[in-house]
Amino acid sequence: MDFGFILASAFGEIFTPTTAAYALAALGLAVHFGYSGLLNFGQAGFMAVGAYGFAISTLTFGVPFFMGLLIAVVCSAIFALLLGIPTLRLRADYLAIVTIAAAEIVRYIVTTNQLTDVTGSADGLAAFELGFYAMNPFPEGSYLGMNNRDFFIRVVAWSVVIICCLLVWLLMRSPWGRVLKGIREDENAVRSLGKNVYSYKMQALIIGGVLGALAGMVFTLPRGSVQPANYGTELTFFLYTCLLLGGLGTVLGPVVGAMIFWVVLSLTQGILYGLIESGAVTWLNTVQAGQLRYILVGIALMLLMIFRPQGVFGNKKELAFA
Amino acid sequence: MMGAISASVMAILLVVAPASLATSPSPTPSPSNTTFQNNISGFLRDDTRAPLANVTVTAKSGDFTGTTKSAANGSWNIGVPEQGTYEIELDESTLPEGIKLADGQENPRSVTFSQTSNLSVIFAFGKGIVVQQQDFGQNLLNRLVAGLSFGLLLALAAVGLSLIFGTTGLTNFAHGEMVTLGAVLVFTFNAVGMPFWLAIVLALLGGGLFGYVQDAGLWKPLRHRGTGLVPMMIVSIGLALAVRYIIQFNFGGATQQLPFAQSPEIQLGPVSISPNNLWSLVISAVVIAILGVILLKTRLGKATRAVADNPALAAASGIDVDNVIRIVWVAGGMLASLGGILWAYYRPGVTFDMGSQLLLLIFAGVTLGGLGTVWGALIGSIIVGIFVELTTVVGLAADLKYVGALFIMIVVLLFRPQGILGRRERVG
Repeated sequence: MDFGFILASAFGEIFTPTTAAYALAALGLAVHFGYSGLLNFGQAGFMAVGAYGFAISTLTFGVPFFMGLLIAVVCSAIFALLLGIPTLRLRADYLAIVTIAAAEIVRYIVTTNQLTDVTGSADGLAAFELGFYAMNPFPEGSYLGMNNRDFFIRVVAWSVVIICCLLVWLLMRSPWGRVLKGIREDENAVRSLGKNVYSYKMQALIIGGVLGALAGMVFTLPRGSVQPANYGTELTFFLYTCLLLGGLGTVLGPVVGAMIFWVVLSLTQGILYGLIESGAVTWLNTVQAGQLRYILVGIALMLLMIFRPQGVFGNKKELAFA
Repeated sequence: MMGAISASVMAILLVVAPASLATSPSPTPSPSNTTFQNNISGFLRDDTRAPLANVTVTAKSGDFTGTTKSAANGSWNIGVPEQGTYEIELDESTLPEGIKLADGQENPRSVTFSQTSNLSVIFAFGKGIVVQQQDFGQNLLNRLVAGLSFGLLLALAAVGLSLIFGTTGLTNFAHGEMVTLGAVLVFTFNAVGMPFWLAIVLALLGGGLFGYVQDAGLWKPLRHRGTGLVPMMIVSIGLALAVRYIIQFNFGGATQQLPFAQSPEIQLGPVSISPNNLWSLVISAVVIAILGVILLKTRLGKATRAVADNPALAAASGIDVDNVIRIVWVAGGMLASLGGILWAYYRPGVTFDMGSQLLLLIFAGVTLGGLGTVWGALIGSIIVGIFVELTTVVGLAADLKYVGALFIMIVVLLFRPQGILGRRERVG
């Protein structure tokens, strides 16, 4: 078993575009759950809206890259509005059930054979990333061991993460962010100060949702394809694991949480596969090793929530729940 | 605390462990194996119902082409790699002399999987036989009965979820895995050679035990620790993920069938229904009726309703709240198990994620009826079940049939957030 290789590939996960996408989507959840106390279980739906909004507008309507980006963002904002109108006045668990249901509705709609011409049904869509790579300023060559395309997507993905983190940080220390945190702590107190709680919650839902849509695009661009199977409810639960790992009411928490999540996943996979190949473990095959990792994710989520709900960076006083 | 949780996780592992015994003699098929878990099948019979052997049938989709010949009893079966749309062609030159496809039979025709791993295609033969177009009223009636059957099996799981929510306030995302467990246990016990009835009894007991272990090892300590409802909800998501993949770890990713899963439809007055659906309808109706009597007439039922109404007041009037909650968890586990077994016949097929597919429909039923109300869960589930089946009658594609149910849940929340039977109180 080559530990050097396993470690190298595990720590290589830190800066992959997928980690960036998870970080962005988890940052959106931090805005929802960490700062505003909104229990959004449909972040996978927001990511799907972003990814499909971009892919469909590029492929079906042939719009240029930035127009596609804008359409995806607008679509996710509309999706947030639609979800928020019936649920933001209700108790937290209603929002949870409605958002998870809405995310599944999106997944069923992009999977159905009725719309194969537009969504590609279960096979999904591909070849929408050309406009993006056409903007690549890096000439061909090797950059830190990557080709110019891989390097370009990483630079862009992490720039987006940094810009969004900065924006969320600025927002949350503004008066607007303080009202939001006030809503998380005691909605009625904020209402009694004459603030429109409903409107603030809606704005938070839209901002977090737009971050989710951006994450969906960052997730699909390097793959060059978008498939509905990637946007199941599990994705949302993994994002919650990332968020809780890092810390709820923090800006850097979700980013570090996503990094830890992927490094640990890659590390356990490397070690388990290595043990299986070397014959040290015989009661497990490689398929089961993959499943074992998700069992660990589930147990980790439970233990985190029970023993350290504030995560690595969080402050226990800043929890969305008592 | 830590010990209690790891003990409960161990217990879950132990409960599911026998599944590995069942699968070990036949290891899970490797990708190179050509047997697929999705099947397109049918029977070829002529107009006198005599079987047609050695007829070539081809299924095509993209790069994939599968060909088979019908067996001596007329049956044919093509394994396909994935669910999707296939073009099925019957080679008419291989038909026996004098046999022709009936008028109006499309050949080749395009067929689509709808959420299940089996798809049957019927070709009608013979001179002068015009394919009976099922008329709208007939179809509507059949779908109504099938929907009622589905709604009642949904209600089994939903009532358990609703009771747990009512007594503890927990929105349990792991309820889908409790549903899966029932079906998986029946398959496992049956596969190791136990008689069918014993397998079902053991699966129901296993479901109850899972409910008990969950409460004793996880939820009760958390309640006594004063953990909030939202953290508990997230813990239940972690539990759902862990249990789902523990089941997959032991059971594999393939679809398995319970005994007697295939049954031809029978005609019952004006309705044609498969015996399995009929059994499912009767069993769930009887179980729910018994549950209703227990809740309304017995001391235990009264205590349960008292705890659901106000736990502190119930405790003050001498009710052992923890005991009631324990019984609710055991009953909820058994009901979910039974629902899972019936769901395995309804789909048909047992998979590791069958329960999580049902979870949102259970939520939809419970929310429609009113969170925490038992009768609301029953009525909501029946509405969801019938709605899911009826959407196909009015022309919605089969692979969109769950969308309608989820959509109507959201719409109802807009106008009546407390649900159909929920009390009018502030839920915000």
